[in-house]
Amino acid sequence: MTATTQRVHKGRVTPQQTIKDMLILTKRNLMRIIRMPQLLIFATVQPVMFLLLFTFVFGGAIAGPFGDYIDFLIPGILVNTVVFGATNTATGLTEDLAAGVIDRFRSLPMARSAVLAGRTLADFVRSIAVNTLMILVGLLIGFRPATVQGLLAGLLLALFFGYSMSWVFAVIGLVGRTPEAAQSASFLLVFPFVFASSVFVPVETMPSWLQVFAENQPVSVIATTVRGLTLGVEALPSGKTLTGMVLLSIVWIVGIFAVAAPLGVRYYRRIFS
Amino acid sequence: MAASVVAENIFKTYKGSDVPALGGVSITIERGQVYGLLGPNGAGKTTLIRVLATLLKPDSGQAMVEGLDVVVDPIGVRTKIGLGGQYAAVDEFLTGRENVEMVGRLYNLSKAESRSRADEVLERIDLVDAADRPVRTYSGGMRRRLDLAASLVGRPEVLFLDEPTTGIDPRSRVDIWELIEDLVSGGTTLLLTTQYLEEADFLADTIGVIDRGLLIAEGTSDDLKQTIGGVVIELHVPVDDRDRATVILREMVDSEPMFDAERELLVIPATDGSQSLIEVVRAMDTASVPIMDIQLHKPTLDDVFLSLTGHIAEPSLPDADATSEVAR
Repeated sequence: MTATTQRVHKGRVTPQQTIKDMLILTKRNLMRIIRMPQLLIFATVQPVMFLLLFTFVFGGAIAGPFGDYIDFLIPGILVNTVVFGATNTATGLTEDLAAGVIDRFRSLPMARSAVLAGRTLADFVRSIAVNTLMILVGLLIGFRPATVQGLLAGLLLALFFGYSMSWVFAVIGLVGRTPEAAQSASFLLVFPFVFASSVFVPVETMPSWLQVFAENQPVSVIATTVRGLTLGVEALPSGKTLTGMVLLSIVWIVGIFAVAAPLGVRYYRRIFS
Repeated sequence: MAASVVAENIFKTYKGSDVPALGGVSITIERGQVYGLLGPNGAGKTTLIRVLATLLKPDSGQAMVEGLDVVVDPIGVRTKIGLGGQYAAVDEFLTGRENVEMVGRLYNLSKAESRSRADEVLERIDLVDAADRPVRTYSGGMRRRLDLAASLVGRPEVLFLDEPTTGIDPRSRVDIWELIEDLVSGGTTLLLTTQYLEEADFLADTIGVIDRGLLIAEGTSDDLKQTIGGVVIELHVPVDDRDRATVILREMVDSEPMFDAERELLVIPATDGSQSLIEVVRAMDTASVPIMDIQLHKPTLDDVFLSLTGHIAEPSLPDADATSEVAR
């Protein structure tokens, strides 16, 4: 058994290797998006369509107390985009599972966490691209943020929320196992949270029983906070402070991540036991 | 010679199933040997490969690859193995070269090393011309070859190939056999699973026959053929003439002809191949026994099974089996 002693690794993956593996898989996942242009087109057309439809169809009816509907809408659209973008984590993972790509990865001496991390990081990068486009389109059709710093802060908050949600969808993908199941389950989860929220309309217009949910669920909390950051404190519902909303958002983001990420890792391991 | 792969009494039952996928399998593969695991769908072949390749934990039993325990030191094992075949996919949207280089990087080769190593293996599998095209433009045979390249890029000491030619056309199949033969000629230990007796026959030094999670026979290709009697003649005659035909055949081969009741065939070994066939036809003609059908039959997996287990290798839908094993 002398031939077995010459290897460097001795059965461990070093932190440097872990980072290298994560970056390799992130790059690989991004290449897939670039090589499959229809994915990127669908990813951008849907939110652009929402943006234009909502602006021009509902814009007149929903003009708020703080300016045009477009100003109200863009922060919501940013959150809408990251949440829908995060569902890609579920579909991407299940596609790799079904194709056997993950089997190959698992047979290699690479970091176990790199598969999930590479997936969620790639979807994070993708959300940056799509949201940048949303802001550009918004600016073209009349969106005017109060300050650039505020807009960037809002964008960052939305992106981090999206990253947390990626882990939720990783769990859904790993439980659902097939791309079809993962997609239907993701949309079932996404629609009530995105629509019964402050993403597109002020929640005050909803029936009071729905308001309780719509005002306090995480998508609304983030959307309202992004709005406050982007447009200024007067865009917040009365009685809310910007600091309070930012803190609440961070609690949600960290909380969702803290629950979903370990759960994702657990389900990932369980597939192979 | 030293043992390269040792599996001892491996048990594995999938969650939600009451039938064990592996019911106590032991195999030993010497270093540099080619071992063919032969069995129908659902026999447990893929499960055993998955256990040995650290993709699946056995319920009990011990498996060692190059002296390392697959459960205790999975990372160590992974530095020594390459996995290829049916389910270990290549990435559709990357080019062939990108696929191989990525796998090289994940084996912890440096960028420069993975690049030169990729050139080397792509050359060896004769895929240089297509190397910079996305894999989704590849034919089935090309994908299998690329898959082989990816499994070899880390210079594995042990190669696992799970049904390397299932689902590809027979012509490319022979090409892939020759390629595999060449690739392991340098002393790589190879464990391959297959549903095709010919494939095991062509490639393997030792063949293990697996059925319902148990190893039911093991030996060289010749050993196995002796169990099943090699090439046979199958003769179909009218029911009324069967007894007469049986007597004639008994005299010809000096032993009792077998009778396959299900297909109503008399079966005798064809010791001289087609010459034996001619002799049978002549003898039947002389005795005026009408022949409804006669053929030379090369042994198949079904014959191996029939003779070893008394039942035919149960056909199951390959897709259903594949997804159920992977999804687990």
